[in-house]
Amino acid sequence: MADEKKYTTVSIPKPLYDKIKKRIEGTGFTSVSDYVTYVLREVLASLEEEEKEEVFTEEEEEKVKERLRALGYLD
Amino acid sequence: MVSKPHGGKLVRRLVAERTRERILSEQKEYPSVKIDHGRAIDLENIAHGVYSPLKGFLTSDDFQSVLDHMRLSDDTPWTIPIVIDIVEKTFDEGDAVLLYYEDIPIARMHVEEIYTYDKREFAQKVFKTTDPNHPGVAKVYSLGKYLVGGEIELLNEVPNPFAKYTLRPVETRVLFKERGWRTIVAFQTRNAPHVGHEYVQKAALTFVDGLFINPVLGKKKKGDYKDEVIIKAYETLFEHYYPKNAATLATVRYEMRYAGPREAIHHAIMRKNFGATHFIVGRDHAGVGDYYGPYEAWDMFENFPDLGITPMFIREAFYCRKCGGMVNAKICPHPKEFHVRISGTKLRKMIMAGEQPPEYMMRPEVYEVIRSFEKPFVE
Ligand SMILES: [Zn+2]
Repeated sequence: MADEKKYTTVSIPKPLYDKIKKRIEGTGFTSVSDYVTYVLREVLASLEEEEKEEVFTEEEEEKVKERLRALGYLD
Repeated sequence: MVSKPHGGKLVRRLVAERTRERILSEQKEYPSVKIDHGRAIDLENIAHGVYSPLKGFLTSDDFQSVLDHMRLSDDTPWTIPIVIDIVEKTFDEGDAVLLYYEDIPIARMHVEEIYTYDKREFAQKVFKTTDPNHPGVAKVYSLGKYLVGGEIELLNEVPNPFAKYTLRPVETRVLFKERGWRTIVAFQTRNAPHVGHEYVQKAALTFVDGLFINPVLGKKKKGDYKDEVIIKAYETLFEHYYPKNAATLATVRYEMRYAGPREAIHHAIMRKNFGATHFIVGRDHAGVGDYYGPYEAWDMFENFPDLGITPMFIREAFYCRKCGGMVNAKICPHPKEFHVRISGTKLRKMIMAGEQPPEYMMRPEVYEVIRSFEKPFVE
């Protein structure tokens, strides 16, 4: 029952579906859905990676550096 | 650049000093919950973002999703349930409670949900066994009837004899940046280093800017190296055998679950939060006994194309008499009779017997440091 709301249906063209089905033969993927999920996660992750990383405020960063110097991690 | 925190943003669950003082002055008004050392350091890890994106202990939706799919309910990869248990309900959903380790109020928790769960299912899915001889399974069986989910705020740190060596993700991130490292490989360990470890680390370091040695301090088994021995041994190894400014050492407190492949993913996620871009996955990573295959953890990474940290699968190193050096099964063509496997257990036995291991097994400086401790092992 829990799984019901955890999955949804998306449409992909039938020829693409057939191509994927053929492609996953003999791989670890047991269904087209699994493979499509895998690929989409991979694509999304690589897109997210390109986004700018989070930055600390200068003040915060200076405080951290002070502690790192005190501990001998930075000169 | 260093890795983005897992889930996108580094979690910090600390309260402003004034709020903290107010909560502490009103502590009698809150229901109190006693927690063990392992849960207390889980709390710290949540609060300092080591477990980003978790802001607290799992609610039932996330818990079930982690068991079934190795992901939080929002699809973020997450393999180990971070939960807190109670024996009976002495407070309600919606309450705020204080969590105590010994007599220290460590955190305030906003109770979102109190729920029951199936211990055998928990054990089977996370540890792949229901055998109570497995230490992780035994721990699950010892838990109370209910789990409590909800966000937390840290009030006090858990006493830490190694505070000087315990860096938080905000600190390692700044450190890596200051050192100019863009790619960092993390190494997880619970051991004093032998030459096999050194080989694996340096093989990985060849491909990145920096090496982050991150020993896990926490509950130990009898016969394990004591925490201070591990730290001192690495300091010595760094001093004599590692290029300056290419390696750093900081510890993390964490209670091992021994969940093998699932825990390997969890270890990688923690290091991603510290800023590492790569993670060394060892032979029988986070395993215990014969519950997992020696390279099962490697396969597990195939399930997570979106993990956001790159695993480095480096084979166990051994000494080959024919090659005349440290090699691994992939690069040495010689038959087994030339190979000398460097076994941690064997090394410990030699050290206990006061026998110096050969230099191809352990650096003499490291041996000297270990020997300088009267009792280097947990008794
Ligand atoms: Zn050889």
